[in-house]
Amino acid sequence: MALRRKDILTLEDMSVQEMQAILDNASSFKEILGRDIKKVPTLRGKSILTLFYEASTRTRTSFELAGKYLSADTVNIATTTSAIVKGETLKDTAWTVEAMGIDCIVMRHPIAGAPHFLARICQASIVNAGDGMHEHPTQGLLDMFSIAERKGRLKGLKVAIIGDIFHSRVARSNIWGLGKMGADVWLAGPSTLIPPEVERMGETFGSRGGRLRVTCRVEEAIEAADVVMVLRLQLERQKKGLFPSIREYARLFGVDRRRLALAKDDFILMHPGPMNRGVEIASNAADADYSVIIDQVTNGVAVRMAVLYLLLGGGGGEEAVADKGGEVR
Amino acid sequence: MILQPKAQIMDKAAIDRALRRVAHEIVEKNQGTQGLVFIGIRRRGVPLAERLRDNVRDIEGKEVPLGVLDITLYRDDLTTRSDAPEVHRTEVPCSVQGRKIVLCDDVLYTGRTVRAALDAIMDLGRPQAIQLAVLIDRGHRELPIRADYVGKNVPTSGREVIEVKFKEIDDTEDKVLIVEKVEE
Repeated sequence: MALRRKDILTLEDMSVQEMQAILDNASSFKEILGRDIKKVPTLRGKSILTLFYEASTRTRTSFELAGKYLSADTVNIATTTSAIVKGETLKDTAWTVEAMGIDCIVMRHPIAGAPHFLARICQASIVNAGDGMHEHPTQGLLDMFSIAERKGRLKGLKVAIIGDIFHSRVARSNIWGLGKMGADVWLAGPSTLIPPEVERMGETFGSRGGRLRVTCRVEEAIEAADVVMVLRLQLERQKKGLFPSIREYARLFGVDRRRLALAKDDFILMHPGPMNRGVEIASNAADADYSVIIDQVTNGVAVRMAVLYLLLGGGGGEEAVADKGGEVR
Repeated sequence: MILQPKAQIMDKAAIDRALRRVAHEIVEKNQGTQGLVFIGIRRRGVPLAERLRDNVRDIEGKEVPLGVLDITLYRDDLTTRSDAPEVHRTEVPCSVQGRKIVLCDDVLYTGRTVRAALDAIMDLGRPQAIQLAVLIDRGHRELPIRADYVGKNVPTSGREVIEVKFKEIDDTEDKVLIVEKVEE
């Protein structure tokens, strides 16, 4: 089944079938990454812009490489050296690059909903690469792909997501995605970093969905878990004294080998990166055999190839965009 | 428009005999099986490649490696379709570098599928040679491509469609049918 949509903005609005289609295609794209010649001609003549209003290494690079491996032309706007510093609005920037023939804009923005705004005013496909504290859908998809690759399924797995849930768009996308695919999601962290509304997300997973549980005890979440996903403590966003000190956070909520001993024997350890080693994750745990953190990076390229292929691969022109349910300006 | 069956042009026995002959021709032309690799184009080129490999094993007692090629990413009609077809895995078990590839597909028609497959193989490496084996050649080429091995030549009109059925994929006995497009 193909993806019949113009944009990828959230996993909240994505169906199980659409997510499954992306994951199925991604495994075929992963094979291409293992070749000597990592290039297929599929998106020849398409152009992709990565527009990042926040710092990023892996997401921006992996989108750029995913596009290049598919033979698309990729360009990057670094906000610090563009007309954005002269005060150009998001709308004018978007229309300017669209006038140059951009087919897809991959955007990261500090404000939640910014990609939705862009999707409404642009004919180009918009991919949300992280909007504020809202969602980061391709990260959720690559995490689901990495889990399914190791475990062969998502349904019925116990997945513990540990750390700063409040500031984490990665957590939100994973909660929607994993929950709807039938995994049992456990959230653990300091109560000041778990927003109260998060518990209600579990009510909308659907009839085939998993359960959502919240706890302040890391041990309870890790016990008998199939997957332990550690979130980055977003030091740049901590302004209000939500926990006493980094040292105390590491002692009470840091994931180390002692706590991981509670998980299932064949559990896997994940982290979306960049890691604060010694804070939310112990260095020797991050580098242990059960860690799939490096695999996540590789899988990120494969999943983003699948996303770009499914958005840009079929059709072109106004008819196809309208056909996919998008607006035509 | 509906598809109306017109005639059965091959049954299982005829397909088996044709593929046994083609297997002999492959061994003869390549003077054995040294350096050979069978590559089937998804989907119905795959059972064809498997049968040719089995026939060659019976003739020569040698096991020729077999690969599977998905050409979705190399199609020239992607931009004219409204949605992107699902991509399946390409699985070639050995390097194609310096090998003699026998590319297998069920029906040779416009030649566009073969063109895409040639590009896909070249992206895996540089083979010494690529040969083409098909069960049915129905004519109407749009590109300068011809088959090295043909099970059966079937002259057709543009309104006719050749349907090859293999038991592995179609859950029915092996057969080749001509069906005709007719206006309702």
